[in-house]
Amino acid sequence: MLGNAAIARGAYEAGCKVSAAYPGTPSTEISENLVNYPEIYCEWSPNEKVACEVAIGASMSGVRSMCSMKHVGLNVASDPLYTASYIGVNGGMVLVVADDPGLYSSQNEQDTRMIGRASMTPVIEPSDSQEAKDYIKLAFELSEKYDTPIIMRTTTRLGHSQGLVTLEDRVEPADKPYERNAAKNVMMPGMAKQRHIYVEKRLKQMSEDANTMAINRVEKGDNKIGFITSGIAYQYVKEVCPDASVLKLGLVHPLPKKLIKDFAASVEKLYIFEELEPVIEEQVKALGIECIGKEAFTVQGEYSANMLRKVLFGTEPKVKAEEVPARPPILCPGCPHRSVYTALKTLKIHAAGDIGCYTLGAVAPLNVVDTAVCMGSSISTLHGMEKAKGREFIKDWVAVIGDSTFLHTGVNSLMNMVYNKATGTVMILDNSTTGMTGHQDHAATGKTLMGEPTYAIDIYNLCKSMGIDNVVEVDSYDQEALTKVIKEEVNREAVSVIICKAPCALLKGLKFPNVCKPLSDKCKKCGACLRPGCPALTKNEDGTVSIDMTMCNGCGLCMQMCKFGAIEKVAR
Amino acid sequence: METKNIMIVGVGGQGTLLTSRILGSIMLTAGYDVKLSEVHGMAQRGGSVVTFVRYGEKVAEPIVEEGQADVLIAFERLEAMRYVQYLKEDGVLIVNDQRIDPMPVVTGAAQYPENIIENLSKKYKVYSIDAQSEALKMGNPKVFNIIVLGMAAKHMNFKKEEWLDVIEKTVPPKTIDINKQAFIKGFDF
Repeated sequence: MLGNAAIARGAYEAGCKVSAAYPGTPSTEISENLVNYPEIYCEWSPNEKVACEVAIGASMSGVRSMCSMKHVGLNVASDPLYTASYIGVNGGMVLVVADDPGLYSSQNEQDTRMIGRASMTPVIEPSDSQEAKDYIKLAFELSEKYDTPIIMRTTTRLGHSQGLVTLEDRVEPADKPYERNAAKNVMMPGMAKQRHIYVEKRLKQMSEDANTMAINRVEKGDNKIGFITSGIAYQYVKEVCPDASVLKLGLVHPLPKKLIKDFAASVEKLYIFEELEPVIEEQVKALGIECIGKEAFTVQGEYSANMLRKVLFGTEPKVKAEEVPARPPILCPGCPHRSVYTALKTLKIHAAGDIGCYTLGAVAPLNVVDTAVCMGSSISTLHGMEKAKGREFIKDWVAVIGDSTFLHTGVNSLMNMVYNKATGTVMILDNSTTGMTGHQDHAATGKTLMGEPTYAIDIYNLCKSMGIDNVVEVDSYDQEALTKVIKEEVNREAVSVIICKAPCALLKGLKFPNVCKPLSDKCKKCGACLRPGCPALTKNEDGTVSIDMTMCNGCGLCMQMCKFGAIEKVAR
Repeated sequence: METKNIMIVGVGGQGTLLTSRILGSIMLTAGYDVKLSEVHGMAQRGGSVVTFVRYGEKVAEPIVEEGQADVLIAFERLEAMRYVQYLKEDGVLIVNDQRIDPMPVVTGAAQYPENIIENLSKKYKVYSIDAQSEALKMGNPKVFNIIVLGMAAKHMNFKKEEWLDVIEKTVPPKTIDINKQAFIKGFDF
């Protein structure tokens, strides 16, 4: 079972009733698997803050609830989390937060345990699929026992690895009654002051109890060398030193101080082996215990058994990697984003970018996207540039943002542009789905996570309703129309929105009846068709072009690039 | 039994996930402890992708590292070259003889290496097949990955019938026959 599937299963077995999430690698499959359990109401919320608040509300009402997100999603959900930590829970509440050491699909490498510490929320961390299932069940129990939300921290390697899992039945905890309790549930200064006292007490108690919790376990072995470790890093220790003494921490915040002291005293040399930040290490050192941590192991990227071998034994694999050209991710053949970027490139326009597949517009051969910070940032960074350097400066700029990202947090930034008299141009790349994470529905697709038809928010009218006069819809594949509209709107002295419409080329159920075919007798070997970088096209030895029929979806971009009519669209 | 390590490498979209799931489930059926590690998200978009499969009595680490793979299955030549150092000295490389140009080659910033398979054969035990052409001959270009899997299956200790059983249970119902044929094609190649 995939780690993320095991998390969904654990939530089911624990009697969880409500789950809310926004898709984000490597957490997306949790919600996609929850759909298999009709006992749980689950939804895609527009962003992680909303998802977290949905879970808080469900917990307050008296049922077990959860929300899941990737690490940077927790930044968005931090606002509710920090205060939910004060409020505590009625029904148990768990946040599953997936870190991405090695940045397989993220914009940074932050460590969720630091947010757990800062928000005074307990954090547990499983090390394989079986524990992922067991720990989330335990998390609900701890949540109710200590009156606190619990963060379960996972990593890409855990969520996207499969291992054996033993299934159990679902327990149905009775719904707790809702009782009005303003002192606990309304966080005004006077009440919050009292709750802060409770939060401190709670952490102290939990830290004490952690010394005897079964998920913090000592595996006695050779006393020459000992490891304190947790999560996936534990597996690397077991791989390399199956006979060493290990203190495996399941609860990584707060830490069991006595257990750590006793363990440290029982071994001659102590290593702290944890991915990303020295969260455990710094606390162990603060206890006055000598140990080796980040001076030997990096804070960057994913760990591995070979890396541990290198530090312990100085061994490295004999074989060296061959020198080969890199293969970075690229936009798919027939991707509508490629067409939009080609138009921007032709017009020599810079794009303030955002988070999604379309961030790939930053690299060769498109090189259109200049910036990318976080979800929704394209619109506000463009606005900041205009306010800093004036309207002339952004005359050859646009903001580009996907439909799902626009609804996530871009919409607030657009409100800001209207309110603060901006004149920039926003292009919403509407491909009718959340693309990069693998096609999740959102508030404008007309379908819920549970597969029910629902009202689809109309992005055009949403923008209009903000008071933007110039909202234009254009076919993402139509170079002529794109070029004309972009030129008009960037020159306009008012906010404008261009909605580029065409579904993601990988969206299920789409049919592509046509393919593009090169006509070598008309080809002038100019290479114009190759410029957008479609992977279906390759240059032949003689300078003409071949098109891979299995990849091509007949989008016609290469055909529009050719001035000599040397590419035609034919039936597949 | 010592833990066995298998790696599948290719270009995002070539079907490494399906192949690894078939591998994982045959090992499960045989009663082994199995760990599988996959790549999702942005890296899947036409980038270089790697999937690890490890099986044995008790498996800890979910990834395969340099110098450890018993079998390396490569769906594309350049990817075979990129990951060949993961093979054990006596490991086996199964490579699909296909070329997909990465973006640096398309833009002219890099050259696609010549004679990859010949060069790798000098140092490693290599079996290659043009699975794309074979699959096209069978009428479904998508099953090329199952042909390659069939070829790799000869280097693992499971019977042909066991593989076919697992394929039947793993692939979409409508494609069972063609996938079985594809597997046999590779197995008997």
